[in-house]
Amino acid sequence: MEQQENKNNETYYESVVRQGYDRRDFLKFVAFIGAYMGVESTSLGQIAKTLATKPRLPVIWEHFQECTCCSESFIRSDHPIVADIILDKISLDYTLTLMAASGHQAEAAKKATMDKYKGEYILCVEGSVPLGDDGNYCCIGGRSAIDILKESAAGAKAIIAWGSCATTGCVQAAKPNPTGATPIDQIITDKPIINVPGCPPIGEVMAGIIVHVVAFDRLPELDGAGRPKSFYSKRVHDSCYRRPYFDAGLFVENFDDENAKKGYCLYKVGCKGPTTYNACGNIKWNGGVSYPIQSGHGCLGCSAKNFWDAGSFYSREQAMGGGVESDSDTLGKVVLGAVATGIGAHAVLSNVSKRKELTRRIEAGQENEQKIKE
Amino acid sequence: MKTRDYKRAYVWQLAVRIFHWANALSITLLIITGYLIAHPPAIRSTAEASTQFWFGYIREIHFMSAYLMFAVLFLRLYYAIVGNKYANWKVFVPFNKKGLTGIWHTIKHDVLLLNDKEYNYKDSVHVGHNNVAAVSYLAMFFMAIIMIFTGFGMYAANATWFLPKMFAWVPEFFGGDMNIRWIHHITMWAFILFVVVHVYLVFYHDWLEGHGESSSMISGYKFVRTERVAEANDNTENAVK
Ligand code: SF4
Ligand code: SF4
Repeated sequence: MEQQENKNNETYYESVVRQGYDRRDFLKFVAFIGAYMGVESTSLGQIAKTLATKPRLPVIWEHFQECTCCSESFIRSDHPIVADIILDKISLDYTLTLMAASGHQAEAAKKATMDKYKGEYILCVEGSVPLGDDGNYCCIGGRSAIDILKESAAGAKAIIAWGSCATTGCVQAAKPNPTGATPIDQIITDKPIINVPGCPPIGEVMAGIIVHVVAFDRLPELDGAGRPKSFYSKRVHDSCYRRPYFDAGLFVENFDDENAKKGYCLYKVGCKGPTTYNACGNIKWNGGVSYPIQSGHGCLGCSAKNFWDAGSFYSREQAMGGGVESDSDTLGKVVLGAVATGIGAHAVLSNVSKRKELTRRIEAGQENEQKIKE
Repeated sequence: MKTRDYKRAYVWQLAVRIFHWANALSITLLIITGYLIAHPPAIRSTAEASTQFWFGYIREIHFMSAYLMFAVLFLRLYYAIVGNKYANWKVFVPFNKKGLTGIWHTIKHDVLLLNDKEYNYKDSVHVGHNNVAAVSYLAMFFMAIIMIFTGFGMYAANATWFLPKMFAWVPEFFGGDMNIRWIHHITMWAFILFVVVHVYLVFYHDWLEGHGESSSMISGYKFVRTERVAEANDNTENAVK
């Protein structure tokens, strides 16, 4: 406890220096993360200053219904300082998966942070919360996820919802959602929440958001879905390097065809890039090495709402829902055929039923025609 | 045999006709390009991507047609207030007693092809829209609203102009871009069906009634029995023109 106290008063800069980085490394990190965050270069000074002078922010990181891919993505983010500064320092207070402490000791540490920094700590949530059957589908230390969330959210300054689980429910919320998996912003409504969708979100995006909260002491600018605009305002399609092929109308028809080898656009094999807001095209994955489309597979739309229910990964069609399994085009063609048949029948039948009316007009017309003198 | 006297009546004002054809043109282009955007044909080509842009042009035509449709919708809404009695908005909400009777009569007479015992031209032949047609245009108006919201909603993220940007909230509201893409696509099919039925019924009425139904949307005139035009007019010079 004593030791933790000391570390809590340490600034971010002091902590990286203690880890063996020098000031040059530190400034490189600031420039690196600032670029990802999309801040102006004049703001870099502010980031550096804050990280050098402000005591670190206490963070509690909760894990509920999830697969830990967000944490995995985070610790693999490109810059080594990201892991050191953010993971070791920021989330030290409580994170089930990575902390050294366990059992009662861990819970006690969390309680202590929550009491001491009431209204000041940042709550990070990874995973959705099941509301079905009194929340019994996800229990940690004998308590239900919903209980734990409500308790830790009560004293939080702001909440960061990591990944598609915490923002939209992801796979466990796919129809029929047996556990009643619910995203965080539908449960906690009285706290500022940053939604960071993706399965998982890109590590650098996660780091950038944390640094933003720390350095500017306020939330990044959010869009209507609560997502930081600097990372989620554009679609994967808008920054995709295969976009010129899309505009040229050159598409992969099959994964094993000539066009696939040439690296054409994956639209016709189900790419969801045109409907998915994420920064994959710019920031890419694994330290900018590649991203799914670059590896020849369409975007699954992992950061789009309810992407598990949005039809096949290999087609852009969606079943009609409500028991109708066919897609809209098949249905449309069937209905069009029925209407055309109906019109044909109507045309024939009206000749029969309106015969009298028609004959009267035709005869009158012929009579008048006779009378016309040229 | 007794033949009727007819008078020429100016039914569709110029602005209404301009709306009709601009709307028809934009809807046709939107359906064709929209279908191509959903199902681009496989084009085998050896040319480099840098020399081609056909899919981009298809999308551009789609967006330009959308703006045209959006613009003329406002023209029509304006004429729903200032236009003549056949253009007035009240025509399109025939949900009073008289209107409902009219709807039922048109369904019986023109859809189910039943005939009245005593032929009554006033019930059977309509100078402006018949009540069923009017309801279908009301439905089309709402379909257009759906298209505008979902279409500009998808377009907003790339737009720089304030107008499409105003619809940026739509995708999130309806649960994501994939959902509104789907709504947009389904509504396209509704437009296709509308166009087919609409064109057929225009031909049907023209064929049966012979009052210039189809040409009226070009000239603006329809031909109506003299009895429909008030007696007082008969003596004016206008009437014999
Ligand atoms: S591969 Fe996907 S994201 Fe890239 S241009 Fe094609 S459709 Fe868009
Ligand atoms: S390309 Fe699409 S599916 Fe892949 S990580 Fe990015 S948003 Fe998710």
